Amino acid sequence: MHKSSKELFEEAIVQLKDLELRMGELTMRDRLSIPLQEMPNQDPNERRINMGEVALGYSVEQARVEAMRCIQCKTKPCIKGCPVGIDIPAFIQAIANNDLEKSIDIIKQSSLLPAVCGRVCPQETQCQLYCTVGKSLKDVEKSVSIGRLERFVADWERENGIKKPIIKQETGKKVAVIGSGPASITVAADVRREGHEVVMFEAFHKPGGVLMYGIPEFRLPKAIVQQEIEGLLDMGVEIRTDFVVGRTRKLHDLIAKDGFDAVFVGTGAGLPKFMNIEGENLIGVFSANEFLTRVNLMKAYDRDNADTPVVESESLAVLGGGNVAMDAARTAIRLGAKKVYLVYRRTEEEMPARIEEVAHAREEGVEFCMLQNAKGIVGDEYGRVTGMKCVRYELGEPDDSGRRRPVEIAGSEFVMEVDTVIVAIGNDSNPLIKQTTPALETNKWGNIIVDDTGKTSLDAVYAGGDIVLGAATVILAMGEGRRAAAAIIEQLAVNS
Amino acid sequence: MNKIVSKKKLAAAVYEMEVEAPLIAEERQAGQFIIFQLDTDSGERVPLTIADADRDRGTITLVFQTVGKTTHDLGELEVGDSIKHLLGPLGTPTKIENVGHVVCVGGGIGVAPLHPIAKAMKAAGNKVTIILGARNKELVVFEDRMRAIADELIICTDDGSYGRKDLVTAPLKELCEMDSKPDEVIAIGPPIMMKFCAETTRPYEVHTLVSLNTIMIDGTGMCGGCRVTVGGETKFVCVDGPEFDGHLVDFDNMMNRLGAYKKIEDEDHKKCHLEIAAEKKEAELNA
Repeated sequence: MHKSSKELFEEAIVQLKDLELRMGELTMRDRLSIPLQEMPNQDPNERRINMGEVALGYSVEQARVEAMRCIQCKTKPCIKGCPVGIDIPAFIQAIANNDLEKSIDIIKQSSLLPAVCGRVCPQETQCQLYCTVGKSLKDVEKSVSIGRLERFVADWERENGIKKPIIKQETGKKVAVIGSGPASITVAADVRREGHEVVMFEAFHKPGGVLMYGIPEFRLPKAIVQQEIEGLLDMGVEIRTDFVVGRTRKLHDLIAKDGFDAVFVGTGAGLPKFMNIEGENLIGVFSANEFLTRVNLMKAYDRDNADTPVVESESLAVLGGGNVAMDAARTAIRLGAKKVYLVYRRTEEEMPARIEEVAHAREEGVEFCMLQNAKGIVGDEYGRVTGMKCVRYELGEPDDSGRRRPVEIAGSEFVMEVDTVIVAIGNDSNPLIKQTTPALETNKWGNIIVDDTGKTSLDAVYAGGDIVLGAATVILAMGEGRRAAAAIIEQLAVNS
Repeated sequence: MNKIVSKKKLAAAVYEMEVEAPLIAEERQAGQFIIFQLDTDSGERVPLTIADADRDRGTITLVFQTVGKTTHDLGELEVGDSIKHLLGPLGTPTKIENVGHVVCVGGGIGVAPLHPIAKAMKAAGNKVTIILGARNKELVVFEDRMRAIADELIICTDDGSYGRKDLVTAPLKELCEMDSKPDEVIAIGPPIMMKFCAETTRPYEVHTLVSLNTIMIDGTGMCGGCRVTVGGETKFVCVDGPEFDGHLVDFDNMMNRLGAYKKIEDEDHKKCHLEIAAEKKEAELNA
């Protein structure tokens, strides 16, 4: 059983009082014995019927106690684990000293989206994987909770008014940013700060990209994304929604006709993969993208107000083992499905989803069906899904990736009774820009090829995020964005 | 943005709107479509094929039938109002080339999206025969515009109130049986009509293009909600289409998928009508 927020907050107050008395004389041993601060969460039974955020955030006392667990080691391995190289020990030290403004300033030197990354970064495979505290306690789950601390200071800043960044004098140069997800937001902010005009183009009716349509409200409240977007508008970035570059305007024309001096392509990995099995186009089979977009962006959960519907399912299977699969399964629970199965052909150990998301999904009632996979989907005479043909697997020899390869067990076929199937096995890169910009070089997966500054094969055209990396993470997209922004700024400086 | 500059009622529940959209007007080609949305927070996204465009005026023409809540709401807008969101042009344009004799078959308001294609086919030097089908005389749309393009125009109505009392497949079959059968057929209309047009031309091996209008969200390949089975493969109508070889499309699956939300739509529609009725009653009482 998890402790309630109240219990956790009260415990932290007592712990902090004691620690403050001894602050100057805390030894490494003392710090290692400070209890890890648990994240207060909404009770699983309550949260499975609402869309509200699951993780509620630290209190200031919890944050300071957790910050004191950091031993401020000389080697700072955590920084090397951070894709954008945040000075982690420094921002944590500032929290311990209760100087939250200094703390957020340190983070913002490297990261533009701490409120987002503090929530959705896979810290256990990045910064926290290398944490000396975790290593000393021989458990990565006992590392300093860097992500939770990042979220805490970012939320503190949001509540206390975000400082508007200083914009340099207008240069008269113009940069187009295509897409409005994390990579694009980063480029827009970095380039705008240098005094260049920035116009951001988004195909959907609301900006934010995957942060809006993909990641659910209960993991990343849309108000936070909205605030990041408003930050850009305050800086003077122009955002044009309902504009799909490649169709509404060719990429080339942005430069040739509209006078943009540089273009950044951050269009993401938006082309869902399917299993290519029988029955996949029956009614009731969705890509995770469609299911999540209906619910997150189009607000289908708000049946009384939203015009976009979502299927009402009794029993539902999600295929896949990544974060998107967890998001889909947990969303289905909240929409009222009585049975939600997560079907994955390897074991939980191999699942790419974050440990926290897996734990949350299980607490909320998602049933994990490991070492199984879909072979086909069956339907009734109206073309509606009635079941999924599955087969069981066992783990065999390791494959090229080092993971043990699942091997089908002969004769193990069975039918899982479900009325909805959600395919969450990943995305390919969106082909729209490529199709309409023939000279742009891409690799065999359709990802745009860039050099080590983020520049593409075309002059003045840069790219970053999932359209370059394939489906990856918010923080990597942001890192790519920063790199490309630096190159754009340099190009514009040289040409002036 | 997206201001309605003219509105005409073409038939019961069928409207034509000319909308200011200079960028779309400039870029659009025959066969492409737009997605519109009327409310940023609660609206649904609906695809509509572009019926015409005027680059000089910077406008596009949309023709739609009010069948669900959102098209109903669109029909309520008047000249001077704006369509909140308009995205396009989307989809792969029609391949326009001189193939010889092209037969264009339009059913119901499918005539509207057929119009720019017929126009482009004529401009490319083809002989163009046009078959228009409707339930009755009142529902025949775009007749004058199509007559201006066609080398031959055949009109069919289900009830015989105008033109031939026939389904569009009857004259189509006759054309296929002639010594110089058509080189290409393009059929746009209700799915059932397109299915039977494809079945009609199949024995004569006349290449038959159909334009599909499925349920969509983003319209850029991101969601896959519009997928159809074509020749045993999954295709996305929004980026791979909207036009496909009619002989390869699994129409039954497509029609099933179009009905996926029928129950919810019907409920909303009923609710909508009840609300309108209640408003009317209230207005009457107040008067």
